[in-house]
Amino acid sequence: MATYEEKSNMTDNKEKKRRRMKEKSISTILLVLASLSIFTTIGIVATLSKETIAFFGEVSIIDFLTGTEWTALFANPKFGVLPLVAGTLMIAIYGSVVAIPIGLGSAIYLSEYASDRTRKVIKPLLEILAGIPSIVYGYFALTFITPILKIFFPTINIFNALSGSIAVGIMIIPMISSLSEDAMKAVPDEIRHAAYALGSTKFEVSTKVVIPAALSSIISSFVLAISRAIGETMIVTLAAGSTPKLTLNPLESVQTMTAFIVQVAKGDVTHGGLIYKTIFAVGMLLFLMTLFMNIIARMIIKKYREEY
Amino acid sequence: MTNLQKRRLMDNFFHGLVFSVTLFALIILGILLFDIFKDGFKYLSIDFFTNYTSRFVEKAGIKAALSGSIWIIGLTIIFSLPIGVGSALYLEEYSDDRNLLTRIIKLNIANLAGVPSIVFGILGLGIFVHLFGFGRSILSGALTLTLLILPIIIVAAQEAIKSVPKELRHGAYALGSTKWQVIKGVVLPYSLPGILTGSILAIARGLGDTASVLMVGAVSFIAFTPKSVFDKFTILPIQIYNWSSMPKAEFHDLAAGAIIILLVLLLGANAVAIILRNKYQNRIKG
Repeated sequence: MATYEEKSNMTDNKEKKRRRMKEKSISTILLVLASLSIFTTIGIVATLSKETIAFFGEVSIIDFLTGTEWTALFANPKFGVLPLVAGTLMIAIYGSVVAIPIGLGSAIYLSEYASDRTRKVIKPLLEILAGIPSIVYGYFALTFITPILKIFFPTINIFNALSGSIAVGIMIIPMISSLSEDAMKAVPDEIRHAAYALGSTKFEVSTKVVIPAALSSIISSFVLAISRAIGETMIVTLAAGSTPKLTLNPLESVQTMTAFIVQVAKGDVTHGGLIYKTIFAVGMLLFLMTLFMNIIARMIIKKYREEY
Repeated sequence: MTNLQKRRLMDNFFHGLVFSVTLFALIILGILLFDIFKDGFKYLSIDFFTNYTSRFVEKAGIKAALSGSIWIIGLTIIFSLPIGVGSALYLEEYSDDRNLLTRIIKLNIANLAGVPSIVFGILGLGIFVHLFGFGRSILSGALTLTLLILPIIIVAAQEAIKSVPKELRHGAYALGSTKWQVIKGVVLPYSLPGILTGSILAIARGLGDTASVLMVGAVSFIAFTPKSVFDKFTILPIQIYNWSSMPKAEFHDLAAGAIIILLVLLLGANAVAIILRNKYQNRIKG
Protein backbone atom coordinates (compact mmCIF):
# COMPACT_ATOMS: atom_id res chain seq x y z
CA MET A 1 0.00 0.00 0.00
CA ALA A 2 1.32 3.40 -0.95
CA THR A 3 1.10 6.03 1.69
CA TYR A 4 -1.02 9.10 1.14
CA GLU A 5 2.07 11.12 0.36
CA GLU A 6 3.29 8.73 -2.30
CA LYS A 7 -0.14 8.75 -3.94
CA SER A 8 -0.25 12.47 -4.09
CA ASN A 9 3.23 12.48 -5.62
CA MET A 10 2.01 10.11 -8.32
CA THR A 11 -0.91 12.33 -9.31
CA ASP A 12 1.41 15.32 -9.19
CA ASN A 13 3.74 13.61 -11.62
CA LYS A 14 0.84 12.72 -13.88
CA GLU A 15 -0.39 16.29 -13.73
CA LYS A 16 3.08 17.59 -14.55
CA LYS A 17 3.35 15.19 -17.47
CA ARG A 18 -0.03 16.27 -18.79
CA ARG A 19 0.89 19.90 -18.50
CA ARG A 20 4.17 19.33 -20.27
CA MET A 21 2.40 17.51 -23.09
CA LYS A 22 -0.04 20.39 -23.43
CA GLU A 23 2.73 22.96 -23.47
CA LYS A 24 4.64 20.98 -26.05
CA SER A 25 1.63 20.56 -28.35
CA ILE A 26 0.75 24.25 -28.12
CA SER A 27 4.24 25.32 -29.12
CA THR A 28 4.10 22.87 -32.04
CA ILE A 29 0.74 24.23 -33.21
CA LEU A 30 2.03 27.80 -33.05
CA LEU A 31 5.15 26.82 -34.98
CA VAL A 32 2.97 25.29 -37.69
CA LEU A 33 0.92 28.48 -37.90
CA ALA A 34 4.06 30.61 -38.14
CA SER A 35 5.43 28.37 -40.88
CA LEU A 36 2.36 28.96 -43.03
CA SER A 37 3.95 32.18 -44.23
CA ILE A 38 6.85 30.17 -45.62
CA PHE A 39 4.40 27.96 -47.47
CA THR A 40 2.83 31.11 -48.93
CA THR A 41 6.16 32.09 -50.42
CA ILE A 42 6.83 28.55 -51.61
CA GLY A 43 3.33 28.55 -53.10
CA ILE A 44 3.97 31.80 -54.95
CA VAL A 45 7.31 30.68 -56.33
CA ALA A 46 6.08 27.18 -57.23
CA THR A 47 2.87 28.34 -58.93
CA LEU A 48 4.65 31.06 -60.88
CA SER A 49 7.55 28.78 -61.85
CA LYS A 50 5.42 25.85 -62.98
CA GLU A 51 3.35 27.80 -65.49
CA THR A 52 6.26 30.06 -66.46
CA ILE A 53 8.37 27.03 -67.38
CA ALA A 54 5.44 25.66 -69.37
CA PHE A 55 5.16 29.05 -71.07
CA PHE A 56 8.81 29.01 -72.07
CA GLY A 57 8.25 25.59 -73.56
CA GLU A 58 6.13 27.32 -76.20
CA VAL A 59 7.73 30.77 -76.40
CA SER A 60 11.46 31.37 -76.53
CA ILE A 61 12.74 33.10 -73.39
CA ILE A 62 15.00 35.30 -75.53
CA ASP A 63 12.04 36.52 -77.60
CA PHE A 64 10.11 37.15 -74.39
CA LEU A 65 12.81 39.23 -72.73
CA THR A 66 14.05 41.13 -75.79
CA GLY A 67 11.00 41.33 -78.06
CA THR A 68 9.56 44.77 -78.66
CA GLU A 69 6.07 43.69 -79.69
CA TRP A 70 3.41 42.41 -77.30
CA THR A 71 0.31 41.14 -79.08
CA ALA A 72 -0.57 38.23 -76.81
CA LEU A 73 -4.30 38.37 -77.46
CA PHE A 74 -4.07 38.62 -81.27
CA ALA A 75 -4.45 35.83 -83.78
CA ASN A 76 -0.71 35.72 -84.45
CA PRO A 77 0.56 36.46 -80.97
CA LYS A 78 3.96 38.02 -80.32
CA PHE A 79 5.33 37.81 -76.81
CA GLY A 80 7.95 40.53 -76.49
CA VAL A 81 7.53 41.78 -72.94
CA LEU A 82 9.50 45.03 -73.28
CA PRO A 83 6.48 47.24 -74.09
CA LEU A 84 4.78 46.08 -70.88
CA VAL A 85 7.95 46.64 -68.87
CA ALA A 86 8.39 50.08 -70.44
CA GLY A 87 4.79 51.01 -69.60
CA THR A 88 5.27 49.83 -66.02
CA LEU A 89 8.55 51.68 -65.54
CA MET A 90 7.23 54.87 -67.14
CA ILE A 91 4.29 54.97 -64.71
CA ALA A 92 6.59 54.19 -61.77
CA ILE A 93 9.14 56.85 -62.75
CA TYR A 94 6.69 59.66 -63.53
CA GLY A 95 4.75 58.64 -60.42
CA SER A 96 7.80 59.06 -58.23
CA VAL A 97 8.56 62.42 -59.87
CA VAL A 98 5.19 63.48 -58.43
CA ALA A 99 5.52 61.69 -55.12
CA ILE A 100 9.14 62.19 -54.02
CA PRO A 101 9.16 66.01 -53.74
CA ILE A 102 5.77 66.11 -52.03
CA GLY A 103 6.43 63.12 -49.79
CA LEU A 104 9.90 64.29 -48.75
CA GLY A 105 8.73 67.89 -48.34
CA SER A 106 5.88 66.95 -46.04
CA ALA A 107 8.18 64.62 -44.09
CA ILE A 108 10.60 67.52 -43.50
CA TYR A 109 7.73 69.78 -42.54
CA LEU A 110 6.24 67.28 -40.09
CA SER A 111 9.55 66.27 -38.56
CA GLU A 112 11.37 69.63 -38.37
CA TYR A 113 8.97 72.56 -38.72
CA ALA A 114 5.49 71.64 -37.56
CA SER A 115 4.43 72.18 -33.96
CA ASP A 116 3.18 69.17 -32.05
CA ARG A 117 -0.38 70.37 -32.41
CA THR A 118 -0.19 70.78 -36.18
CA ARG A 119 1.43 67.36 -36.46
CA LYS A 120 -1.39 65.76 -34.53
CA VAL A 121 -3.88 67.15 -37.06
CA ILE A 122 -1.92 66.56 -40.27
CA LYS A 123 -0.56 63.07 -39.61
CA PRO A 124 -3.95 61.33 -39.30
CA LEU A 125 -5.13 63.12 -42.43
CA LEU A 126 -2.13 61.81 -44.37
CA GLU A 127 -2.92 58.36 -42.95
CA ILE A 128 -6.39 58.62 -44.48
CA LEU A 129 -4.70 59.24 -47.84
CA ALA A 130 -2.72 56.02 -47.23
CA GLY A 131 -5.86 54.05 -46.36
CA ILE A 132 -7.78 54.87 -49.52
CA PRO A 133 -7.94 51.79 -51.78
CA SER A 134 -6.18 52.01 -55.12
CA ILE A 135 -9.43 51.42 -57.02
CA VAL A 136 -10.62 54.80 -55.68
CA TYR A 137 -7.49 56.49 -57.02
CA GLY A 138 -8.19 54.76 -60.32
CA TYR A 139 -11.65 56.27 -60.41
CA PHE A 140 -10.18 59.65 -59.49
CA ALA A 141 -7.60 59.41 -62.30
CA LEU A 142 -10.21 58.52 -64.90
CA THR A 143 -12.94 60.97 -63.93
CA PHE A 144 -10.99 63.92 -62.53
CA ILE A 145 -7.30 63.97 -63.50
CA THR A 146 -7.80 62.97 -67.14
CA PRO A 147 -10.45 65.64 -67.89
CA ILE A 148 -8.14 68.28 -66.37
CA LEU A 149 -5.19 67.05 -68.44
CA LYS A 150 -7.42 67.28 -71.49
CA ILE A 151 -7.66 71.07 -70.94
CA PHE A 152 -3.88 71.40 -71.13
CA PHE A 153 -3.25 68.73 -73.77
CA PRO A 154 -6.32 68.64 -76.04
CA THR A 155 -4.94 65.74 -78.08
CA ILE A 156 -4.38 63.48 -75.09
CA ASN A 157 -5.88 60.00 -75.19
CA ILE A 158 -8.69 59.26 -72.70
CA PHE A 159 -6.48 56.48 -71.41
CA ASN A 160 -2.98 57.83 -70.91
CA ALA A 161 0.12 57.14 -68.89
CA LEU A 162 0.29 60.64 -67.39
CA SER A 163 -3.05 60.45 -65.61
CA GLY A 164 -2.17 57.03 -64.21
CA SER A 165 1.27 58.28 -63.14
CA ILE A 166 -0.15 61.24 -61.27
CA ALA A 167 -2.65 59.04 -59.42
CA VAL A 168 0.00 56.44 -58.60
CA GLY A 169 2.20 59.30 -57.39
CA ILE A 170 -0.54 60.59 -55.09
CA MET A 171 -1.06 57.08 -53.77
CA ILE A 172 2.59 56.60 -52.75
CA ILE A 173 3.03 60.07 -51.17
CA PRO A 174 1.97 58.89 -47.67
CA MET A 175 4.36 55.95 -47.85
CA ILE A 176 7.38 58.16 -48.61
CA SER A 177 6.28 60.81 -46.17
CA SER A 178 5.68 58.52 -43.20
CA LEU A 179 8.78 56.33 -43.69
CA SER A 180 11.01 59.38 -44.22
CA GLU A 181 9.50 61.20 -41.28
CA ASP A 182 10.12 58.21 -39.01
CA ALA A 183 13.73 58.18 -40.18
CA MET A 184 14.19 61.90 -39.50
CA LYS A 185 12.49 61.64 -36.11
CA ALA A 186 14.97 58.91 -35.21
CA VAL A 187 17.89 61.33 -35.61
CA PRO A 188 18.89 62.23 -32.03
CA ASP A 189 18.04 65.74 -30.87
CA GLU A 190 21.58 66.25 -29.51
CA ILE A 191 22.89 66.52 -33.04
CA ARG A 192 20.23 69.09 -33.93
CA HIS A 193 20.96 71.07 -30.78
CA ALA A 194 24.67 71.07 -31.55
CA ALA A 195 23.96 72.53 -34.97
CA TYR A 196 21.59 75.13 -33.56
CA ALA A 197 24.18 76.07 -30.95
CA LEU A 198 26.56 76.84 -33.81
CA GLY A 199 23.98 79.29 -35.13
CA SER A 200 22.38 77.23 -37.88
CA THR A 201 18.91 78.02 -39.17
CA LYS A 202 16.22 75.33 -39.34
CA PHE A 203 16.79 75.06 -43.06
CA GLU A 204 20.47 74.35 -42.52
CA VAL A 205 19.78 71.86 -39.75
CA SER A 206 17.21 70.07 -41.93
CA THR A 207 19.25 69.88 -45.11
CA LYS A 208 22.79 69.59 -43.76
CA VAL A 209 22.29 67.58 -40.57
CA VAL A 210 19.00 65.71 -40.39
CA ILE A 211 18.60 64.62 -44.02
CA PRO A 212 22.20 63.38 -44.38
CA ALA A 213 21.84 61.46 -41.10
CA ALA A 214 18.59 59.84 -42.21
CA LEU A 215 19.55 59.52 -45.87
CA SER A 216 19.74 55.73 -46.05
CA SER A 217 16.19 55.29 -44.73
CA ILE A 218 14.91 58.12 -46.92
CA ILE A 219 16.38 56.60 -50.09
CA SER A 220 15.08 53.20 -49.13
CA SER A 221 11.60 54.69 -48.71
CA PHE A 222 11.87 55.95 -52.30
CA VAL A 223 12.83 52.49 -53.50
CA LEU A 224 9.97 50.87 -51.59
CA ALA A 225 7.54 53.41 -53.01
CA ILE A 226 8.74 52.74 -56.56
CA SER A 227 8.35 49.02 -55.94
CA ARG A 228 4.80 49.68 -54.79
CA ALA A 229 4.17 51.71 -57.95
CA ILE A 230 5.46 48.87 -60.12
CA GLY A 231 3.00 46.45 -58.55
CA GLU A 232 0.08 48.89 -58.55
CA THR A 233 -2.76 47.47 -60.56
CA MET A 234 -6.18 49.09 -60.40
CA ILE A 235 -5.14 52.69 -61.16
CA VAL A 236 -3.25 51.74 -64.29
CA THR A 237 -5.90 49.25 -65.39
CA LEU A 238 -8.57 51.95 -65.26
CA ALA A 239 -6.64 55.00 -66.39
CA ALA A 240 -3.53 54.12 -68.38
CA GLY A 241 -5.11 52.02 -71.11
CA SER A 242 -4.56 48.63 -72.68
CA THR A 243 -2.29 49.27 -75.64
CA PRO A 244 1.20 47.87 -75.03
CA LYS A 245 3.58 50.40 -76.51
CA LEU A 246 7.29 51.06 -76.38
CA THR A 247 7.18 54.79 -75.72
CA LEU A 248 8.33 57.46 -73.30
CA ASN A 249 5.52 59.85 -74.19
CA PRO A 250 3.21 60.03 -71.15
CA LEU A 251 0.35 61.42 -73.22
CA GLU A 252 -0.11 58.11 -74.99
CA SER A 253 -2.12 55.11 -73.93
CA VAL A 254 0.12 52.28 -72.71
CA GLN A 255 -0.28 49.00 -70.86
CA THR A 256 1.55 47.90 -67.73
CA MET A 257 2.38 44.34 -66.74
CA THR A 258 -0.31 44.39 -64.06
CA ALA A 259 -2.93 45.82 -66.41
CA PHE A 260 -2.21 43.05 -68.91
CA ILE A 261 -2.64 40.39 -66.23
CA VAL A 262 -6.03 41.85 -65.28
CA GLN A 263 -7.09 42.10 -68.92
CA VAL A 264 -6.42 38.39 -69.42
CA ALA A 265 -7.99 37.33 -66.12
CA LYS A 266 -11.15 39.29 -66.90
CA GLY A 267 -11.65 37.55 -70.21
CA ASP A 268 -12.63 33.93 -70.59
CA VAL A 269 -9.30 32.14 -70.48
CA THR A 270 -9.11 28.41 -70.78
CA HIS A 271 -7.20 26.92 -67.90
CA GLY A 272 -3.90 25.56 -69.23
CA GLY A 273 -3.92 27.43 -72.54
CA LEU A 274 -1.01 29.58 -73.69
CA ILE A 275 -2.83 32.80 -72.73
CA TYR A 276 -3.43 31.42 -69.23
CA LYS A 277 0.30 30.78 -68.94
CA THR A 278 1.20 34.33 -69.96
CA ILE A 279 -0.42 35.54 -66.73
CA PHE A 280 2.14 33.56 -64.80
CA ALA A 281 5.13 34.48 -66.96
CA VAL A 282 4.37 38.20 -66.68
CA GLY A 283 3.50 37.72 -62.99
CA MET A 284 6.86 36.04 -62.41
CA LEU A 285 8.70 38.98 -63.96
CA LEU A 286 6.64 41.37 -61.81
CA PHE A 287 7.34 39.35 -58.67
CA LEU A 288 11.07 39.28 -59.37
CA MET A 289 11.18 43.03 -60.10
CA THR A 290 9.41 44.00 -56.87
CA LEU A 291 11.39 41.47 -54.83
CA PHE A 292 14.61 42.89 -56.24
CA MET A 293 13.58 46.44 -55.32
CA ASN A 294 12.59 45.39 -51.80
CA ILE A 295 15.89 43.63 -51.24
CA ILE A 296 17.76 46.70 -52.52
CA ALA A 297 15.77 48.89 -50.11
CA ARG A 298 16.75 46.67 -47.19
CA MET A 299 20.39 46.57 -48.27
CA ILE A 300 20.57 50.37 -48.48
CA ILE A 301 19.36 50.66 -44.89
CA LYS A 302 21.66 47.94 -43.64
CA LYS A 303 24.77 49.17 -45.39
CA TYR A 304 24.53 52.92 -44.99
CA ARG A 305 22.74 53.33 -41.69
CA GLU A 306 24.29 55.95 -39.43
CA GLU A 307 24.39 54.62 -35.89
CA TYR A 308 24.19 57.04 -33.01
CA MET B 1 21.71 92.09 -47.55
CA THR B 2 23.92 90.57 -44.90
CA ASN B 3 24.80 86.92 -44.84
CA LEU B 4 22.55 86.33 -41.83
CA GLN B 5 19.58 87.98 -43.51
CA LYS B 6 20.11 85.84 -46.56
CA ARG B 7 20.15 82.67 -44.47
CA ARG B 8 17.02 83.69 -42.58
CA LEU B 9 15.29 84.47 -45.86
CA MET B 10 16.28 81.07 -47.20
CA ASP B 11 14.94 79.46 -44.04
CA ASN B 12 11.60 81.24 -44.35
CA PHE B 13 11.37 80.34 -48.00
CA PHE B 14 12.06 76.67 -47.21
CA HIS B 15 9.54 76.67 -44.39
CA GLY B 16 6.92 78.02 -46.78
CA LEU B 17 7.89 75.44 -49.39
CA VAL B 18 7.62 72.35 -47.21
CA PHE B 19 4.44 73.69 -45.63
CA SER B 20 2.87 74.23 -49.06
CA VAL B 21 3.67 70.74 -50.33
CA THR B 22 2.15 69.25 -47.17
CA LEU B 23 -0.90 71.42 -47.65
CA PHE B 24 -0.97 70.40 -51.30
CA ALA B 25 -1.19 66.72 -50.34
CA LEU B 26 -4.09 67.50 -48.01
CA ILE B 27 -5.82 69.59 -50.66
CA ILE B 28 -5.61 66.62 -53.04
CA LEU B 29 -7.29 64.49 -50.38
CA GLY B 30 -10.02 67.11 -50.08
CA ILE B 31 -10.54 67.32 -53.84
CA LEU B 32 -10.65 63.54 -54.12
CA LEU B 33 -13.30 63.17 -51.43
CA PHE B 34 -15.28 66.14 -52.76
CA ASP B 35 -15.19 64.83 -56.33
CA ILE B 36 -16.48 61.43 -55.25
CA PHE B 37 -19.26 62.81 -53.06
CA LYS B 38 -20.32 65.26 -55.75
CA ASP B 39 -20.57 62.45 -58.34
CA GLY B 40 -22.03 59.70 -56.22
CA PHE B 41 -24.22 61.29 -53.62
CA LYS B 42 -27.30 61.40 -55.83
CA TYR B 43 -27.38 57.59 -56.09
CA LEU B 44 -27.47 56.94 -52.37
CA SER B 45 -30.94 55.66 -51.57
CA ILE B 46 -32.54 52.55 -50.12
CA ASP B 47 -32.88 51.16 -53.66
CA PHE B 48 -29.12 51.41 -54.13
CA PHE B 49 -28.69 48.84 -51.34
CA THR B 50 -31.53 46.52 -52.33
CA ASN B 51 -31.02 46.38 -56.11
CA TYR B 52 -28.68 44.12 -58.00
CA THR B 53 -26.46 45.56 -60.70
CA SER B 54 -28.23 46.27 -63.96
CA ARG B 55 -27.73 47.48 -67.50
CA PHE B 56 -29.90 50.43 -66.59
CA VAL B 57 -28.25 53.01 -64.40
CA GLU B 58 -31.38 53.92 -62.48
CA LYS B 59 -32.08 50.28 -61.54
CA ALA B 60 -28.55 49.35 -60.55
CA GLY B 61 -27.51 48.76 -56.95
CA ILE B 62 -24.86 47.13 -54.80
CA LYS B 63 -26.84 44.34 -53.11
CA ALA B 64 -24.72 41.52 -54.50
CA ALA B 65 -21.46 43.42 -54.05
CA LEU B 66 -22.14 44.42 -50.47
CA SER B 67 -23.20 40.94 -49.39
CA GLY B 68 -20.21 39.47 -51.25
CA SER B 69 -17.88 41.84 -49.42
CA ILE B 70 -19.41 40.89 -46.07
CA TRP B 71 -19.05 37.16 -46.80
CA ILE B 72 -15.46 37.50 -47.98
CA ILE B 73 -14.34 39.72 -45.13
CA GLY B 74 -16.15 37.57 -42.54
CA LEU B 75 -14.35 34.45 -43.75
CA THR B 76 -11.06 36.29 -44.04
CA ILE B 77 -11.32 37.38 -40.40
CA ILE B 78 -12.06 33.81 -39.31
CA PHE B 79 -9.01 32.50 -41.21
CA SER B 80 -6.52 35.26 -40.65
CA LEU B 81 -6.93 36.20 -36.98
CA PRO B 82 -6.03 32.82 -35.42
CA ILE B 83 -3.19 32.22 -37.88
CA GLY B 84 -1.86 35.75 -37.53
CA VAL B 85 -2.01 35.91 -33.74
CA GLY B 86 -0.65 32.36 -33.45
CA SER B 87 2.29 33.18 -35.69
CA ALA B 88 3.03 36.34 -33.74
CA LEU B 89 2.86 34.42 -30.44
CA TYR B 90 5.31 31.87 -31.75
CA LEU B 91 7.73 34.51 -33.02
CA GLU B 92 7.61 36.64 -29.87
CA GLU B 93 7.17 34.06 -27.09
CA TYR B 94 8.61 30.77 -28.29
CA SER B 95 11.14 31.38 -31.02
CA ASP B 96 14.80 32.13 -30.63
CA ASP B 97 16.52 34.48 -33.04
CA ARG B 98 19.55 32.22 -33.13
CA ASN B 99 17.34 29.60 -34.72
CA LEU B 100 17.68 29.53 -38.52
CA LEU B 101 13.99 28.67 -39.06
CA THR B 102 12.92 31.69 -36.99
CA ARG B 103 15.13 34.01 -38.96
CA ILE B 104 13.81 32.60 -42.23
CA ILE B 105 10.22 33.09 -41.06
CA LYS B 106 10.87 36.71 -40.06
CA LEU B 107 12.68 37.59 -43.29
CA ASN B 108 9.95 35.84 -45.23
CA ILE B 109 7.16 37.83 -43.57
CA ALA B 110 8.99 41.07 -44.33
CA ASN B 111 9.32 40.02 -47.98
CA LEU B 112 5.69 38.94 -48.28
CA ALA B 113 4.55 42.35 -47.08
CA GLY B 114 6.17 43.82 -50.20
CA VAL B 115 4.65 41.43 -52.72
CA PRO B 116 2.07 43.22 -54.93
CA SER B 117 -1.51 42.18 -54.27
CA ILE B 118 -2.00 40.99 -57.85
CA VAL B 119 0.71 38.37 -57.31
CA PHE B 120 -1.31 37.00 -54.38
CA GLY B 121 -4.22 36.94 -56.82
CA ILE B 122 -2.17 34.86 -59.28
CA LEU B 123 -1.28 32.51 -56.43
CA GLY B 124 -4.96 32.20 -55.52
CA LEU B 125 -5.86 31.53 -59.15
CA GLY B 126 -3.25 28.80 -59.47
CA ILE B 127 -3.68 27.13 -56.06
CA PHE B 128 -7.19 27.72 -54.71
CA VAL B 129 -9.18 28.06 -57.93
CA HIS B 130 -7.49 25.35 -59.98
CA LEU B 131 -5.23 23.09 -57.89
CA PHE B 132 -7.62 22.74 -54.92
CA GLY B 133 -10.62 23.00 -57.22
CA PHE B 134 -12.51 25.58 -55.16
CA GLY B 135 -13.37 27.41 -58.38
CA ARG B 136 -14.13 31.11 -58.56
CA SER B 137 -15.80 30.96 -55.17
CA ILE B 138 -16.04 33.00 -52.01
CA LEU B 139 -13.75 30.47 -50.35
CA SER B 140 -11.00 31.05 -52.93
CA GLY B 141 -11.38 34.81 -52.55
CA ALA B 142 -11.24 34.71 -48.76
CA LEU B 143 -8.22 32.40 -48.69
CA THR B 144 -6.40 34.69 -51.13
CA LEU B 145 -7.20 37.78 -49.05
CA THR B 146 -6.10 35.91 -45.92
CA LEU B 147 -2.65 35.32 -47.37
CA LEU B 148 -2.50 38.97 -48.48
CA ILE B 149 -3.24 40.50 -45.08
CA LEU B 150 -1.55 37.88 -42.92
CA PRO B 151 1.89 39.58 -42.93
CA ILE B 152 0.28 42.85 -41.79
CA ILE B 153 -1.62 41.14 -38.96
CA ILE B 154 1.46 39.20 -37.83
CA VAL B 155 3.64 42.31 -37.67
CA ALA B 156 0.93 44.30 -35.83
CA ALA B 157 0.33 41.48 -33.34
CA GLN B 158 4.09 41.15 -32.77
CA GLU B 159 4.31 44.83 -31.91
CA ALA B 160 1.40 44.51 -29.49
CA ILE B 161 2.88 41.42 -27.81
CA LYS B 162 6.29 43.10 -27.53
CA SER B 163 4.68 45.94 -25.60
CA VAL B 164 3.65 43.64 -22.71
CA PRO B 165 5.89 44.62 -19.75
CA LYS B 166 8.38 41.95 -18.68
CA GLU B 167 7.42 42.49 -15.02
CA LEU B 168 3.91 41.19 -15.67
CA ARG B 169 5.26 38.06 -17.33
CA HIS B 170 7.79 37.46 -14.57
CA GLY B 171 5.13 37.94 -11.93
CA ALA B 172 3.01 35.22 -13.48
CA TYR B 173 5.97 32.87 -13.85
CA ALA B 174 6.90 33.46 -10.20
CA LEU B 175 3.47 32.19 -9.24
CA GLY B 176 4.29 28.93 -11.01
CA SER B 177 2.39 29.44 -14.26
CA THR B 178 3.36 27.53 -17.37
CA LYS B 179 4.21 29.41 -20.54
CA TRP B 180 0.76 28.90 -22.03
CA GLN B 181 -0.89 30.06 -18.80
CA VAL B 182 1.21 33.21 -18.93
CA ILE B 183 0.21 33.77 -22.55
CA LYS B 184 -3.46 33.09 -21.92
CA GLY B 185 -3.73 34.97 -18.64
CA VAL B 186 -1.30 37.85 -19.09
CA VAL B 187 0.12 38.37 -22.57
CA LEU B 188 -3.06 38.01 -24.62
CA PRO B 189 -5.38 40.07 -22.40
CA TYR B 190 -2.81 42.83 -22.15
CA SER B 191 -2.01 42.96 -25.86
CA LEU B 192 -5.52 42.31 -27.19
CA PRO B 193 -6.45 45.96 -27.88
CA GLY B 194 -3.20 46.44 -29.80
CA ILE B 195 -3.73 43.21 -31.72
CA LEU B 196 -7.29 44.19 -32.57
CA THR B 197 -6.28 47.69 -33.67
CA GLY B 198 -3.65 46.34 -36.05
CA SER B 199 -5.94 43.59 -37.29
CA ILE B 200 -8.79 45.99 -38.01
CA LEU B 201 -6.45 48.12 -40.13
CA ALA B 202 -5.25 45.01 -41.97
CA ILE B 203 -8.80 43.83 -42.55
CA ALA B 204 -9.73 47.30 -43.84
CA ARG B 205 -6.89 46.91 -46.31
CA GLY B 206 -8.39 43.58 -47.39
CA LEU B 207 -11.85 45.09 -47.71
CA GLY B 208 -10.57 47.64 -50.23
CA ASP B 209 -8.23 45.37 -52.14
CA THR B 210 -9.32 44.75 -55.71
CA ALA B 211 -6.52 43.23 -57.71
CA SER B 212 -6.07 40.01 -55.73
CA VAL B 213 -9.76 39.11 -55.60
CA LEU B 214 -10.26 40.17 -59.21
CA MET B 215 -7.79 37.47 -60.29
CA VAL B 216 -9.60 34.82 -58.29
CA GLY B 217 -13.22 35.69 -58.93
CA ALA B 218 -13.49 38.04 -61.83
CA VAL B 219 -17.15 37.70 -62.67
CA SER B 220 -18.62 40.96 -63.83
CA PHE B 221 -22.32 40.30 -63.63
CA ILE B 222 -23.69 38.75 -60.43
CA ALA B 223 -27.40 39.15 -59.71
CA PHE B 224 -27.79 37.02 -56.61
CA THR B 225 -26.56 37.01 -53.04
CA PRO B 226 -24.29 34.12 -52.04
CA LYS B 227 -25.76 31.19 -50.09
CA SER B 228 -22.60 29.20 -49.42
CA VAL B 229 -18.83 29.64 -49.51
CA PHE B 230 -18.70 27.82 -52.85
CA ASP B 231 -20.90 30.36 -54.62
CA LYS B 232 -19.69 32.84 -57.18
CA PHE B 233 -19.52 36.36 -55.92
CA THR B 234 -18.66 39.96 -56.54
CA ILE B 235 -17.42 42.50 -54.01
CA LEU B 236 -17.69 46.28 -53.69
CA PRO B 237 -14.27 47.11 -55.17
CA ILE B 238 -14.89 44.84 -58.17
CA GLN B 239 -18.32 46.40 -58.69
CA ILE B 240 -16.67 49.83 -58.56
CA TYR B 241 -14.13 48.67 -61.11
CA ASN B 242 -16.81 47.32 -63.43
CA TRP B 243 -18.89 50.45 -63.31
CA SER B 244 -15.83 52.69 -63.72
CA SER B 245 -14.73 50.83 -66.82
CA MET B 246 -18.10 51.29 -68.55
CA PRO B 247 -17.94 53.80 -71.40
CA LYS B 248 -21.15 55.54 -70.28
CA ALA B 249 -20.49 58.38 -67.84
CA GLU B 250 -23.63 57.71 -65.78
CA PHE B 251 -22.10 54.45 -64.63
CA HIS B 252 -19.07 56.38 -63.38
CA ASP B 253 -21.33 58.26 -60.99
CA LEU B 254 -22.79 54.95 -59.90
CA ALA B 255 -19.22 53.81 -59.17
CA ALA B 256 -18.78 56.97 -57.08
CA GLY B 257 -21.88 56.01 -55.11
CA ALA B 258 -20.38 52.59 -54.36
CA ILE B 259 -17.03 54.25 -53.46
CA ILE B 260 -18.85 56.36 -50.85
CA ILE B 261 -20.20 53.19 -49.23
CA LEU B 262 -16.74 51.58 -49.34
CA LEU B 263 -15.08 54.66 -47.83
CA VAL B 264 -17.70 54.88 -45.08
CA LEU B 265 -16.97 51.24 -44.18
CA LEU B 266 -13.21 51.85 -44.22
CA LEU B 267 -13.36 55.07 -42.22
CA GLY B 268 -15.71 53.35 -39.77
CA ALA B 269 -13.18 50.54 -39.31
CA ASN B 270 -10.38 53.07 -38.84
CA ALA B 271 -12.42 55.00 -36.31
CA VAL B 272 -13.07 51.83 -34.31
CA ALA B 273 -9.35 51.07 -34.37
CA ILE B 274 -8.44 54.56 -33.16
CA ILE B 275 -11.05 54.47 -30.39
CA LEU B 276 -9.79 51.08 -29.23
CA ARG B 277 -6.23 52.36 -29.20
CA ASN B 278 -7.09 55.47 -27.22
CA LYS B 279 -9.33 53.66 -24.78
CA TYR B 280 -6.82 51.02 -23.78
CA GLN B 281 -3.58 52.90 -24.33
CA ASN B 282 -3.27 54.09 -20.74
CA ARG B 283 -4.83 51.08 -19.07
CA ILE B 284 -1.89 49.36 -17.42
CA LYS B 285 1.45 51.04 -17.29
CA GLY B 286 4.24 48.52 -16.80
